[in-house]
Amino acid sequence: MPDAVTVNQVAEIRHPMVEQLSQLWRNKTAVAGLIIITTFVLMAIFAPLLSPYDPLETSLYDQLKPPAWYEGGSTKNILGTDDLGRDTLSRIIYGARVSLIVAVVSVGLAFFLGTLLGCLSGYYKGAVDSAIMRVMDMILAFPYLLLAIVVVAYLGPSLQNAMMAIGITYVPRFARIVRGSVLEEGEKDYVMAARSIGAGDLRIIFLTILPNCMGPLIVQTTLSMASAILDAAALSFLGLGAQPPTPEWGAMIARSRGLILRASWVMTFPGIAILLAVLGFNLLGDGLRDALDPRLRD
Amino acid sequence: MLAYILRRIMIMVPTLLGVSIIVFMMLHITPGDPAELLLGERATEQALSELREHLGLNKPLHVQYGLFLKRLLQGDLGETIWTRQKVWIEVKQRFPATIELSIFALGISCFMGTLLGIISATRQYSIFDYLSMVGALAGVSMPIFWLGLVFMLIFSLNLGWLPLSGRLSIDIDLEIITNFYILDSILTRNWAALRDVIWHLIMPAVTLSTIPTAIVARMTRSAMLDVLRQDYIKTAKAKGLSKFKVTFKHALRNALIPVVTTIGLQFGVLLGGAILTETIFAWPGVGKWMYDAVMQRDYMVIQGGVLFIAALFVVINLCVDLLYAIINPRISVS
Repeated sequence: MPDAVTVNQVAEIRHPMVEQLSQLWRNKTAVAGLIIITTFVLMAIFAPLLSPYDPLETSLYDQLKPPAWYEGGSTKNILGTDDLGRDTLSRIIYGARVSLIVAVVSVGLAFFLGTLLGCLSGYYKGAVDSAIMRVMDMILAFPYLLLAIVVVAYLGPSLQNAMMAIGITYVPRFARIVRGSVLEEGEKDYVMAARSIGAGDLRIIFLTILPNCMGPLIVQTTLSMASAILDAAALSFLGLGAQPPTPEWGAMIARSRGLILRASWVMTFPGIAILLAVLGFNLLGDGLRDALDPRLRD
Repeated sequence: MLAYILRRIMIMVPTLLGVSIIVFMMLHITPGDPAELLLGERATEQALSELREHLGLNKPLHVQYGLFLKRLLQGDLGETIWTRQKVWIEVKQRFPATIELSIFALGISCFMGTLLGIISATRQYSIFDYLSMVGALAGVSMPIFWLGLVFMLIFSLNLGWLPLSGRLSIDIDLEIITNFYILDSILTRNWAALRDVIWHLIMPAVTLSTIPTAIVARMTRSAMLDVLRQDYIKTAKAKGLSKFKVTFKHALRNALIPVVTTIGLQFGVLLGGAILTETIFAWPGVGKWMYDAVMQRDYMVIQGGVLFIAALFVVINLCVDLLYAIINPRISVS
């Protein structure tokens, strides 16, 4: 039966990506991370359907209502309300939108610029390489978060500027990884083969080499999403990111500081939301690293 | 070794120049007149023109940068908008508070992080290992500005164990010599003050140490697991050495090498995190000062503060690299 033989052969030479995906699926941390992230993504997409109230709607009669399980709480506002009577649950659900958008945009920016610079650096070497890498060193000479804070301080506090600032500070991590991979891959025979059949530089960089550097890049992207959510929340907490009345988790915590004694729940839930979202991406990043990098496998 | 140190110091120069270029450019890409930005909205026309003259704002950009660099090398970071105090003097006053907090936090991270990592590695896949690694992952994901507030709520407002904020209680007298309060209270043998200072340090330091502790614990665990699998550990065990001796004398020494690098890298996390922690706990250090400056749009202070912190960071990284070369004989210094 020739068919059976083919099936067996196919099973033996499974595509590496399939192999990695099944590795990932068996990795409990990665699956846990994926579940958390999916929950937040669904929350963000279906926010208008899921949230019981408008996140911006204030209500004079419902100020500082405690969560449902507290004394005096009601199921009307399951997680209570803030000092303007806005529903905490609705604000947290809409906050997922803000945080995920910030993460995607800032990490996207860093990914794009970092990959581009890393490719140029690793492929052309020499003067281009040293020039780009010196600029990356300059950015890395600033402690974490400080550069972002300063950039926003100059450009003015807003969510757009915060995203840009975070994006800029993340460029070096991507540039370094891509440069390293491109340097390594560029020496290999298949690149030589592509060049000998007349492929142009752009084609070689982006279609021949880059797909082979994706592993570490995907891991870095996932872990960067985690830190971008954390940094954006920190900037908003300092008043440098999302501006009121945007339902952003960090800004919600900042606003609740003055209420810490009277209504601690206003502060509690946005913090838990940040922690869970960041944890989700960190779990997935850890799992991906195990799956994509066989050398690290236990 | 000396040649290596000198070369590393030489490499530091372009990095520091880069930092100064970024800070310099930032003022110039910001829309508006730099002089007005630096002096604030209430500045008089005369003060503005004096500053323009001083900064050389009507000269070409590269000349301006030259002047900027010259002033930096003379230690002239300008004056603050509100207090009209020399920026450099204010930095010097606030810097010890930040260092005291950071060192305390780093100490907690080193101790707790390596301890948790070692225990986890020696009991891989036990309940303890599982819990501490989940804890470490949560620690890495922690919004510390929130954790600080939660600590305040629990330990200060509800239980009343720890002071809410600041560095020293109002009713305690302490003669200030170095501005490092721990040092000052020891120098003046003021034990009541020492107790009070440490009491004030605990909450901010634990908050600030959360992320570094988690990172160090994860690193220690994986480094220890790597080493424990090696043949020479099997030999040591086969010789009949006690588990304690194998772990701490044979394995730990080699496992510590990557851990030290990780600890060195935590200074950046600490200096950045200090801005958040100091803001929450009203800790009068460089971080809170920078935050206040950002809120008041005091660009002289922002400029001076960021230059100072970045320069400090570069110097600390250099020291860590040198230390690393000393403890790790496998690193070739040539």
